[in-house]
Amino acid sequence: MEFKDYYLVMGVEKSATPEEIKRAHRKLARKYHPDVSKEKDAEARFKELTEAYDVLKDPEKRAAYDRLGANYQAGQDFQPPPDWAGRQGQGGSYSQSFQDDDGQDHSAFFDALFRGMGRGQDGGQQRSHEAFDMHGQDQHAKIQIEIEDSYSGATRTLQLRVQTQGNDGRPQLANRTIEFVIPKGIRAGQHIRLAAQGAPGMGNGSPGDLYLDVEILPHPLYRTDGSDVLMDLPIAPWEAALGAEVVAPTPTGQVEVKIPSGSVTGRKLRVKGRGLPGKIPGDFYFVLKLTQPVGQSDADKKAYADLQTAFKTFNPRADVEAIEKNLPAR
Amino acid sequence: MQSNFILTGTLHDVNIVMEDITELTLDDLCRACGAQADIISELVSEGVIEITSIESNLPREHWRFSGVHLHRAKVAMRLHRDLGVNFAGAALALQLMDELEGVKLKLNSFPT
Repeated sequence: MEFKDYYLVMGVEKSATPEEIKRAHRKLARKYHPDVSKEKDAEARFKELTEAYDVLKDPEKRAAYDRLGANYQAGQDFQPPPDWAGRQGQGGSYSQSFQDDDGQDHSAFFDALFRGMGRGQDGGQQRSHEAFDMHGQDQHAKIQIEIEDSYSGATRTLQLRVQTQGNDGRPQLANRTIEFVIPKGIRAGQHIRLAAQGAPGMGNGSPGDLYLDVEILPHPLYRTDGSDVLMDLPIAPWEAALGAEVVAPTPTGQVEVKIPSGSVTGRKLRVKGRGLPGKIPGDFYFVLKLTQPVGQSDADKKAYADLQTAFKTFNPRADVEAIEKNLPAR
Repeated sequence: MQSNFILTGTLHDVNIVMEDITELTLDDLCRACGAQADIISELVSEGVIEITSIESNLPREHWRFSGVHLHRAKVAMRLHRDLGVNFAGAALALQLMDELEGVKLKLNSFPT
């Protein structure tokens, strides 16, 4: 297993005071808290931070870790010394403090160093395992789905690393595959709750729940706004001016779009009920976007020149000039 | 035709969208959050969560909540546990996160 440099994780010097360690923890916890953070690896960073703080805030654990850590660097292969557990002679106090940590999936490194301590010395830890009936912790995961999944509903599987209890009563990490349904009409930011799929309970405690935070992946054509779905629809200047009927895609198939004459860029054309499905389905919107041909050939240039002649009085910057006139003089 | 939509659900559904859950009692919320009734009560008075009925001053046993508020309650309790913020601070954080989400959606709906 890899040696973990808890000081590096927390960004503090080895000589940091308890006050400095607390400050660093608060600052990083705010940055990486999974409920607040938008960082990609927030969950993993937060777990790492929690583990580091668990050790460094506790003078006894920190002292034990420091004795060991003097000879190691982050990422280096690590095996606990054979006399590790016996050397401390204070197992009781360790197992005591672990009651708070039960159910948290700390790294194998942490488990090797601290979880085994106290075992067979005063039996404190075993006792706590037998005496407790504790509800398992809820777990959280982010899932990314395609916009089409919300239109049609889907079944997905998820690979989770979960903590289970081995035959010896010690926590083990195992891979678990969970199958779940993405209900039709789900929107970005909603949460799917999978009952009893979280961490196992202790004793006769029931397992926790698994919460999936739904994110809709960016689509090259469509974007969502709640249950509405939008798409930019490019049109030519003459289509905007004269009106047109064009065929355009939607997630539920092609539709014929009637572009009213006199349309401008940014105009929204609604297709009622073609957004994300649901009790009250969302709407689909085409957002018009004017695009014009680049005048290359002589014929192109003549066409633009004719346009210029025809619109002699048109001032595209009339608004800008009007606003500029009213700005306070400098 | 619409039968495969989840419109409303309860905590007994194995696979449910939280935001579709309605009619949660105080007991349900306590169990789902692993919290005492007094804590939930405090979350209500700090404005972290709201009772869905229009009538105010209902006795606790008639309080009903939605899944949105179950989610908010859980977030507030985690922020309290992990970051040391009190419930008033958690309410502020939730409000600001909602606003941020709204701004992002607005940004998203502009033509690119």
